[in-house]
Amino acid sequence: MKKDTFDQAAEQNKAAAFHVDPTEQADHSAEIGENETFMDKLRQLIRQNKLAAFSAVLIILIILIAVAAPLLAPYDPAAQSLRDRLSAPSLAHPMGTDKLGRDILSRVIYGARVSLVIGLVPTFISMFIGTILGLFAGYYGGKTDFIIMRLADIMLAFPSLLLAMVVMYTLGGGIINIFVALSLVNWASTARVVRAQTLSLKEAEYVEAARSIGVKKTTIIFRHILPNCLPSLIVLFTLNIPSAILSESSLSFLGIGAQPPSASWGLAVTEGKKYLFSEPWIPLAPSFAIMILVMAFNFLGDGLRDVLDPYLKEQ
Amino acid sequence: MLKKILKRILISIPVLIGVVLVIFIMLRIVPGNPIVTMLGEHVNQKTIDKLTVEMGLDQPAYVQFFKYIWNALHGDFGTSYRMNRSVTQMIMEAFPYTVKLSVFAALISWTIGVVAGIIAAVRQNRLLDRLFMGGALLGVSMPIFMAALLLQYIFAYKLQWFPISGYDSFSALVLPSIALGWNSAGSIARMTRSNLVEVMQDDYIRTARAKGRTEFGVVVFHALKNALLPVVTMMAIQLSSMLSGAVLTESVFGIPGIGRLAVNAIENRDMPLLQGTVLFTTILIIIGNLVADILYSVLDPRIREVK
Repeated sequence: MKKDTFDQAAEQNKAAAFHVDPTEQADHSAEIGENETFMDKLRQLIRQNKLAAFSAVLIILIILIAVAAPLLAPYDPAAQSLRDRLSAPSLAHPMGTDKLGRDILSRVIYGARVSLVIGLVPTFISMFIGTILGLFAGYYGGKTDFIIMRLADIMLAFPSLLLAMVVMYTLGGGIINIFVALSLVNWASTARVVRAQTLSLKEAEYVEAARSIGVKKTTIIFRHILPNCLPSLIVLFTLNIPSAILSESSLSFLGIGAQPPSASWGLAVTEGKKYLFSEPWIPLAPSFAIMILVMAFNFLGDGLRDVLDPYLKEQ
Repeated sequence: MLKKILKRILISIPVLIGVVLVIFIMLRIVPGNPIVTMLGEHVNQKTIDKLTVEMGLDQPAYVQFFKYIWNALHGDFGTSYRMNRSVTQMIMEAFPYTVKLSVFAALISWTIGVVAGIIAAVRQNRLLDRLFMGGALLGVSMPIFMAALLLQYIFAYKLQWFPISGYDSFSALVLPSIALGWNSAGSIARMTRSNLVEVMQDDYIRTARAKGRTEFGVVVFHALKNALLPVVTMMAIQLSSMLSGAVLTESVFGIPGIGRLAVNAIENRDMPLLQGTVLFTTILIIIGNLVADILYSVLDPRIREVK
């Protein structure tokens, strides 16, 4: 992400803070700080919230591990060795082996790729859709708003896991279909947040000024309103990633998500659950991997929310 | 007040119809003939044609849709492809298990969550606070199936305090309930804490202290009443989402509830059964949210009067 766009966003935030209902904003102005840039806020985060900073480092580390998986994994994650099947953790296999004699450490390392991609890509797609719909609903109002928001109401009425299960039933298992399922399911909450912010931002004086000199509607939406939604979007993005990871692992655990021989952690848990009492490391090693990654994103998201977006915190 | 509640109920009706429509469309764009799926590849064309007419699959989609809604309103969710039984009946057999599990899980998680939240708020930024809030975040981050497997391993296998699976006895329900409630306990604890911390700064709390109330009395008799308002609404939402979120817990502990039914329906490609279970739980959730909304305005006079 480029620094200057955020600086710009912060500048405009400052302008917006001036015009959006002063009574509401007044309480936060001290916390937000008037002249802070995005980098200042990041520095503040690192200083104040050690846990969030540590989580950020951990996430970067996991990303590096996932990228360098072929170099780091001691074995080929798909290589079967029936002689070594179900062996306990040892020097040769630090996390033991599964029922096909595959090295669990190597599979956990490769599984990070699945979880990270599932966490990042569908979340990005669904938030992209949600942001666009939220912006249009908020800015245009009227029928556009009504149709989009009623659609969002309907999507939010479903329990997300069940809805994802229905999509998986229609499309069949596999990673690509999980992408589709999670993108379809999760856009509505983003649309709600963005719409609410757009509603208040479009009354701001600088937007009115842009409108009065004849700036095109789409330009106003994407150049003037969208940048001000970015802080909330960054926080939402960070907090949506772990729920996407959990959804994928739950679907895979139920056997309707990733299919063998994928290294997905959720799939590894379900393949290993019948060895829980004899070789507990088989289902538990990938479970812990999921938990650590999810927790890191939750800590980071909480921390980011505190410094970037006091408004979201109150909700 | 009554008018407002009535209005809120009326608003949910279009959402309900939308929900049915979404599920209906999604399940009908599945490739392949449902009858072939039901009977296997080796059926002759005559049987297929006969069953198509019998099940009303030859009619236009919108006729099928309105028929489905009409029947659903009369409590008839169709017939399972695989089991050849009434879907409504199958749901009604499975539902009590899920209810028992959810209610038990809710009671456990709310008690733990509220108590931990209060202690954390009173001991703000001290060791107990850090400990409980760390535990709460662990609860929010741990996949339900992992909690279930860990509990099963430690308390059922190693310590042998509870049975490994089953659903008949009280003791068999303890572990699944904790696994299911773990997540909610975490979010309830976090919410109770942050609300209580905020309320404790209010003027009337200072007044209560000035009157000479003990700290315990201030928290329990003055602060808690206001701090728990939003928590109560969250509980109503959680109970309904637990009813549906039991899928994973039921699958680990082998409980034949609604979630299990939905997973079986997917495995057997049993469309009417899946449609019925998903609609049934979604309706429950919509009702849960409705109750939460109404409860909130009944409990909080500020909201009651503003609107």
